[in-house]
Amino acid sequence: MSVLVDHNTLVVVQGITGKEGSFHARACRDYGTKVVAGVTPGKGGQKMDDIPVFNTVAQAVKETGANTSLIFVPPAFAADAILEAAAGGIKVIVCITEGIPTLEMVKVMEVLKGTDIRLIGPNCPGIISPGQAKVGIMPGHIHKEGPVGLVSRSGTLTYEAVHQLTLLGIGQSTCVGIGGDPIIGTNFIDMLKLFEADPQTQGVVLIGEIGGTAEEEAAAFIKAQVSKPVVAFIAGQTAPPGKRMGHAGAIISGGSGKAEDKIAALNAAGVTVAKTIADLGQTVKQVMGF
Amino acid sequence: MKIHEYQGKELLAKFHVPVPAGGVAESPTEARMVAESMESGPFVVKAQIHAGGRGKGGGIKTASTPEEVEQVASEIIEMTLVTPQTGPEGRFVKMVLVEQAQDIAQELYLGIVVDRSLAAPVIMMSAAGGMEIEEVAARTPELIIKETVDPAVGLMPYQARNLIFGVGLAPDLVRPATALITNFYRMFMALDCSLAEINPLVVTKGGELLALDAKINFDDNALFRHHDLAALDDVDEMDPLEHEAKKHHLNYIRLSGNVGAMVNGAGLAMATMDLIKAAGAEPANFLDVGGGASAEMVANGFRIILSDPRVKGVLINIFGGILRCDRLAEGVIQAVKEVDVKVPIIIRLEGTNVEEGRRLLNDSGLTFTVAADMQDAARKVAALVQ
Repeated sequence: MSVLVDHNTLVVVQGITGKEGSFHARACRDYGTKVVAGVTPGKGGQKMDDIPVFNTVAQAVKETGANTSLIFVPPAFAADAILEAAAGGIKVIVCITEGIPTLEMVKVMEVLKGTDIRLIGPNCPGIISPGQAKVGIMPGHIHKEGPVGLVSRSGTLTYEAVHQLTLLGIGQSTCVGIGGDPIIGTNFIDMLKLFEADPQTQGVVLIGEIGGTAEEEAAAFIKAQVSKPVVAFIAGQTAPPGKRMGHAGAIISGGSGKAEDKIAALNAAGVTVAKTIADLGQTVKQVMGF
Repeated sequence: MKIHEYQGKELLAKFHVPVPAGGVAESPTEARMVAESMESGPFVVKAQIHAGGRGKGGGIKTASTPEEVEQVASEIIEMTLVTPQTGPEGRFVKMVLVEQAQDIAQELYLGIVVDRSLAAPVIMMSAAGGMEIEEVAARTPELIIKETVDPAVGLMPYQARNLIFGVGLAPDLVRPATALITNFYRMFMALDCSLAEINPLVVTKGGELLALDAKINFDDNALFRHHDLAALDDVDEMDPLEHEAKKHHLNYIRLSGNVGAMVNGAGLAMATMDLIKAAGAEPANFLDVGGGASAEMVANGFRIILSDPRVKGVLINIFGGILRCDRLAEGVIQAVKEVDVKVPIIIRLEGTNVEEGRRLLNDSGLTFTVAADMQDAARKVAALVQ
C-alpha cells in the first residue's frame, strides 16, 4: 500500500518549462514516477524531453488521464494554478511554491473545503512513496521502501530524518512534507488518519516546528485515535519569540507556538520526542523496534 | 512586516476608522507645533517604536500645554526605550506621536487574525481593553468574543452585532461600531494584513468611538502586490545585518552566540541551531538560504554571517533538495575567495548532486573541514569555538 501516491499516480507538472519545474519533472520521471504531462500556458504542443506540454490542466487531464498535479509556478500565480488543477479534475495536488499570500490560501481553502481533493502544501517538498512514486523535490535516492510513515512541516528536515532511517535499514511507506505556511491543505491529523488506515505503515514519524498549534492538535488526535507508535521531533527549541524563522508559519507569537509546549503535549499523548534531530533515527529504532 | 502606530492610524483613517487628532514629530519643537495646531490640551506624547509595552518603559506621557508637550517630547525623543518586548538593549526613539488626550468611558479590544486551522479571518473583541489579549485569553477566555468570517461572503452585520452586544456596548453605539468593525475588516483584507489590533478601542465620555492605538502587521508574502506599503518599512527598527539579508532575499535572524550557521530550509536551520546548543555552543544566527538559492545568494549569506564580529566558527549544513549541493559548493567557494575568512568552516553536505558538490569543494584548493553527519558537524564546530 502507501498513501496518496503509488504506481497508479499519473503526474501533470504545472510550470514544467521553468528552471525548477523542468529539473524536478526529470528527477521525478527518473525515479520512476509516471510524469505524463506538463502545463505552461502558451506553450501547449511543445515537449519537455518526451513529456507533452499543454496550455491548460483540463486539456492535460483529458489527453493523458493525469490524476495528480505537481505545481512549480511563481507565488503570484500559484493560487490560480491550484484552483485550475482542482477544476481540471485532479484529486491530489502538490504545491511546492513558497511565498503565496495567506489571504490567497484562504480563498483556495474555501473552494477545496468539503471536496475530495487533497492539497499538499504549499511551501512544501511534496510526497514520496518509496519504490512507487515521487511527486516532489526530495532527493529520491535517500529513501527506502518500508514500514514508517513520515509527516513533516519542513523540507530539508524531512530529508535528514529519512536519510537517518534509511541508514539504519528502516524503510518508509510514504513521506509527506505538509508545508511551512500558516495555511496548508493537509495537516498532521489528515496524514495521521491516512497512516493509521494504511496496512503498510506500522509507525509514524511526526516532525513539527514552532508556530501555531498544529502539533498540540495532532497530540490530542494521537491520544484519542492513533494505535500505531509515533515518534516526533520539534524544531526551534532555541528560536526567539516574535521572529519569523524562515517559514511564514514558524513564529512564536503571543506566547503561543513554543517548542516546549508542543513537546509537552506530545509526551502527554504517549509520543516519544527525540531530543535533537541527530537522535531521531535511533529513537525510531528504539521505540518501534525495526 | 511591522509598522509604527502613527502609520497604522493613518491607514485606519483612510479606511474611515476614527482615530484621535494628532501628528508625528521628530523634534521637541515639532511636537509643540503639533500640539499648538490642535484645539486644546491635554495631550499625550507617545514614543514610536516597533514594540509594545511602551508606557511601562516611560515612552508614553501626558502633557497639559504645548510647552509641556515640548518638554515631555525632549525626554522621549532620542531616549533608549526599554519595554518588556524590546529586550534589555531597548530601542532608540526617533519620533513621537502627539495626540489629543481623551476622556475615556470604556476600553475595549478589537483584533483580526487569520486562523490557521479554520483557514479564515477571525475577528475578536473583548471588554477587557488595554490589556494584552494573550493575558485575557489565558485568564478570562470568556471575555473574548470571536466571529469567524466566511471569506466568500465577507463580514456580515449580524456578526458585528454579535461582537458589539457581546462586549456590552450601549445600544446607541451599534451603528457606528458596526461601521467601524466593517471598515476595519475591509482594511485587513484590502492590505493583506497578518494581524490588525486596536487596543484599546475606546468609547469617550462624549460617546465617541476612537482607536487609541494601532498595531498592524502585513503578510510579507503579499508585499509584492502592495508597493505603497513596502515604503512604510522602517529599516532602523531592524538589525542592520537582518536588513542587509532581506535585501538579498535571505532569511537571517541574528542571535547572541558565536557559531555562525548557514542551512538550507527553515526547519533544518532551526534544528541545527538546537543541535549547536545541545553540543554546548551558542548559535550566532538563523540563516535559511532557501530552496532555490543561487550561488550568489549563498555567497551573500556567507558574507552576512561573517560580518558579525562575534562569529568564531561557521557551520554549513546542507541537505540538497531544490538547492543542489553543487550550487551550494559553488557559492561557498565564490564567497570564501571574495571574503577574507579567518574562522574555521565546517561543512556537512547531503542530498541532490552531493558527489559533484563534494568534488567541487575538494578541488577548490580551499580549506574546509568536512563532517560525516550533523552530530559530528555540531561537535566539531562547538569544539573549535570553545
